[in-house]
Amino acid sequence: MTLAKRIIPCLDVDAGRVVKGVKFVDIIDAGDPVEAARRYNAQGADELTFLDITASSDERDTMVRVVEEVASEVFIPLTVGGGIREVGDVRRMLNAGADKVSINTAAVARPELVREACDQYGSQAIVVAVDAKRFGDGWQVYTHGGRTETGLDAVAWAKKMADYGAGEILLTSMDRDGTKDGFDLGLTRAVSDAVSIPVIASGGVGTLDHLADGVIEGHADAVLAASIFHFGQHTIAEAKTHMQSRGIEVRV
Amino acid sequence: MITVVDAGTGNLRSVQKALQFVAPGQDVLVSADVADIRGAERIVLPGQGAINTWMRALDDRSLAGAINHALDNLPVLGICLGLQALFAESEEGGGVQCLGRMAGRVRHFDAITHGAQSAHGGAHKIPHMGWNTVHQKQPHPVWDGIDDAERFYFVHSYFVESDNSQDVVGTTDYGETFTSAVARDNVFATQFHPEKSAEAGLTLLKNFCSWNP
Repeated sequence: MTLAKRIIPCLDVDAGRVVKGVKFVDIIDAGDPVEAARRYNAQGADELTFLDITASSDERDTMVRVVEEVASEVFIPLTVGGGIREVGDVRRMLNAGADKVSINTAAVARPELVREACDQYGSQAIVVAVDAKRFGDGWQVYTHGGRTETGLDAVAWAKKMADYGAGEILLTSMDRDGTKDGFDLGLTRAVSDAVSIPVIASGGVGTLDHLADGVIEGHADAVLAASIFHFGQHTIAEAKTHMQSRGIEVRV
Repeated sequence: MITVVDAGTGNLRSVQKALQFVAPGQDVLVSADVADIRGAERIVLPGQGAINTWMRALDDRSLAGAINHALDNLPVLGICLGLQALFAESEEGGGVQCLGRMAGRVRHFDAITHGAQSAHGGAHKIPHMGWNTVHQKQPHPVWDGIDDAERFYFVHSYFVESDNSQDVVGTTDYGETFTSAVARDNVFATQFHPEKSAEAGLTLLKNFCSWNP
């Protein structure tokens, strides 16, 4: 047995509350990110990703408190993304107890930020999030939650970020996000095969087979999903059993 | 008092929080102060990032003496760079002299995974990141209650190559087999991160907190 493929539930957090809802059978407060983290940990999640979608900057400290609270009782890797603009933001989240910080828009605006953050905290702490949309024969990078076109080729950009020291790529297909049609497997495989660092596939998961496809056909090292877990459609444990039945090594 | 040695690199909050969780009755200090290292009952030596920065930080903070004193006298748990630093030298960054407490060296994964294919196509990714199995090569009190081949969380690009099989208490496969845990006398050290390894990791930390070598 060797390295397991990871399953990562993703929680969107707005002003300290999980949005899109999380539905566990006997959960007391579905909007509490700490409660959600606790449940996913109990189900065997390999990591947790929190995406801070808070629009107003005065609510940013709320996320720090959420991370502090989760890190005090959930002992699996925690990634926090959203609103990371400078090395100071990285430091704040790591000090709160995050293990990795995900950088997206700010990396496009100033790629050196990734190099600086990696020099300071190590590559293992820096994830570059790449939001990509199909464009001609390839895929283009978008920022600001998919609203801003950058003109950058997604595969070339991911390679550049790996060269700048990023420890991991969180790759989201903007075409598939929210569709439940499955990952963009062509995109996933193109990026995963092009870089020597791990790639997390994201965007479009609607069934357990989609998760397995991301690994088998997309060559992803980890798979991230939100709604299939949040709405009680499947547990993490079910996802792992299914992936195992398709010959994928998982942590059970 | 348990002192978590702060060399100023990486994130030590996770280690502190996990120790506080398993040893609620004990003071867990994150410190770069020689007095806090000398006055501790147990030492945790964590580390992430680049080993040359880490070794230099020990020098800058004049911690090497206190750490060597702890390695001679106290129960010490090394984590990640805290394991690698026990060896004589690392090939990272063109070559770095380490503490030289154990015979062997620290090498980059390219050296063993070059050309090897992972299970679902593609080369082995570096860093080696995620949950991998640890095969217990020798019984040890710090393994108590942990199954052989249990999975722990790893994130690293360099690994140790021990010259002394008696020091090796755990191995892991990634392309080839490498040493993932070592122990000698009062020292136990892991390449993986027990503070991020859920129940198995907490059991290991708890065992360390009550270990009396």
